[in-house]
Amino acid sequence: MQTTSERSSNGILGSLGSFLRKCVFQILSVGPIPRHVAFIMGGNRRYARKQNLSETASYTAGFLALMSILKYCYELGIQYVTLYAFSIDNFKRLPHEVKHVMDLMQEKLQAMLKKQSILHSYGIRVRFLGDLKLLNDPLRLLAEEAMTATAKNSKMVLLICVAYTSTNEILRAVHGCCREKMEENPEDPMIVKVGDLERHMDTAMIPEPDILIRTSGETRLSNFLLWQTTYCYLYSPSVLWPEISLRHLVWGILNFQRLHPNLEQQKKKKLN
Amino acid sequence: MYQMLSLQLPLPPTINGFSYCYPKPALWLLHDRYRSSSRNFSRACSSSTLLKYCVHACATPSDVAFEREEVKGTDSSTGIPVDESPSLPAGLRPELMPKHVAVIMDGNVRWARQRKLPSSFGHEAGVRALRELTDLCGKWGINVLTVFAFSTENWIRPKVEVDFLMNLFERVIKEDLNNFMRDDIRISVIGDSTKLPVSLQKMIAEAQQITRNNSRLQLIIAVSYSGQYDIVQACRSIADKVNEGLIQPNDITEAVIEKELETNCTNFPHPDLFIRTSGEQRVSNFLLWQLAYTELVFAQPLWPDFGKADFVDALCSFQQRRRRFGGRDS
Repeated sequence: MQTTSERSSNGILGSLGSFLRKCVFQILSVGPIPRHVAFIMGGNRRYARKQNLSETASYTAGFLALMSILKYCYELGIQYVTLYAFSIDNFKRLPHEVKHVMDLMQEKLQAMLKKQSILHSYGIRVRFLGDLKLLNDPLRLLAEEAMTATAKNSKMVLLICVAYTSTNEILRAVHGCCREKMEENPEDPMIVKVGDLERHMDTAMIPEPDILIRTSGETRLSNFLLWQTTYCYLYSPSVLWPEISLRHLVWGILNFQRLHPNLEQQKKKKLN
Repeated sequence: MYQMLSLQLPLPPTINGFSYCYPKPALWLLHDRYRSSSRNFSRACSSSTLLKYCVHACATPSDVAFEREEVKGTDSSTGIPVDESPSLPAGLRPELMPKHVAVIMDGNVRWARQRKLPSSFGHEAGVRALRELTDLCGKWGINVLTVFAFSTENWIRPKVEVDFLMNLFERVIKEDLNNFMRDDIRISVIGDSTKLPVSLQKMIAEAQQITRNNSRLQLIIAVSYSGQYDIVQACRSIADKVNEGLIQPNDITEAVIEKELETNCTNFPHPDLFIRTSGEQRVSNFLLWQLAYTELVFAQPLWPDFGKADFVDALCSFQQRRRRFGGRDS
């Protein structure tokens, strides 16, 4: 049980930390801030082994790390944050592990919907990307409810990829594109352009990520946003996801700022 | 071969927590001395042996041994056969070698600028680096090497530069055709060939035809290519088939799309290892679909400086990684 003085010193330290963080963000804001940051949250199970925790506890630690990172992104003014929460390939994992992740998502979604006023006050919109038909009904319905409830918020968009792979997303876009072309002019030859496919992607109308951060040191995309990361800066710190902290985010953004003029030039070439 | 033309700022190297073989300053120094001291850009050395310093990267990156190794030189112009020694450098395991390696050959222009030379020198030096890499891949049992020679976005470069590169491609394919036959290398070219000069299109068709039965190594050259273009042209083909009633929209699967991608020219369409030189950490619209589970290695050296030791480092890094494809460790 904390004493009054311990509580007040913790409060002072917390305020000091918050003040210092704001100073760091003010300095960072002198340069370009990425509009869209994507995360592959790798390393939860390795964290469990390292800390001698159960996998359940490590996913909880991972969730806490996620909340911190989202807070930092919000304070920095990053408009879009995409998370690779669960890949279609992850269904290959052991049933109890899959169930645990699904249950955790369900629990967090329910809590979020109960306190959705917080989301509204911060202006956070939640969207789920992926083949949601692969989810169990309760989770899918909760996801749809969360999307509807927050549809009008616009300060920050949180894109959660669940039952997602990029190749599956492209496949669904190809389906949509073929159907559209057949309805338009079934007699004419099919002229398909990049824009036709992009219109049918899950990420239509969303700007491409500026940085993709994958923790735990793995340098591969694992079928995540393959189409959208053509000119994205790929940053792969070796830290495990539950241990990610402000300094990793700041370092990634500093490198992004250093490369920004070059990246912008590449994007302009592509648009031309 | 030409590399991705991207305007590179003279940036200091980034210290990034990549799971790459840890930087070996001595290696880069030795390597730079060897490369930069060579003013004679011709690789034609006679049949005399060529002494090189090679770094043998061991399985644990902290143990690095420098050995002096005799390597028989090759004279590509006279076609003296290479004395093939298929044994891998120490530390590399044959069963963990990648089947397909994809490379973005970045840094030719920067290399030339650093030496106050015209960019054409950088491209020529890049061709030599590619020849060396192709030779190593053939010797070490890699089945497919895909190189990003010219992107769809590179067409907006100045005409003089584009024309130079098209001439370079044509010249190199013509000059090396005998070597490809001698070394049992099959040539495939992917990309939108309709934009290429007619003479280059003919040279490509001829080279693909002549080498079609070669089987030791498949060298896939991406010219006027981008990953998004590849997916769009696959979608176009599929849409045409739907229009003709050959396939129903609901029957389109990921496998159907794969078959329509331009990498359907190989039995190993998915690279196991991707290397981008010059330290740039992005994929730049190269092989998007095919890179879904590829291990990415971003190497610091500029492409003309990327040699055997750097390739060994990249392979060492690749072999240390645990690939799970989304599943669980067994």
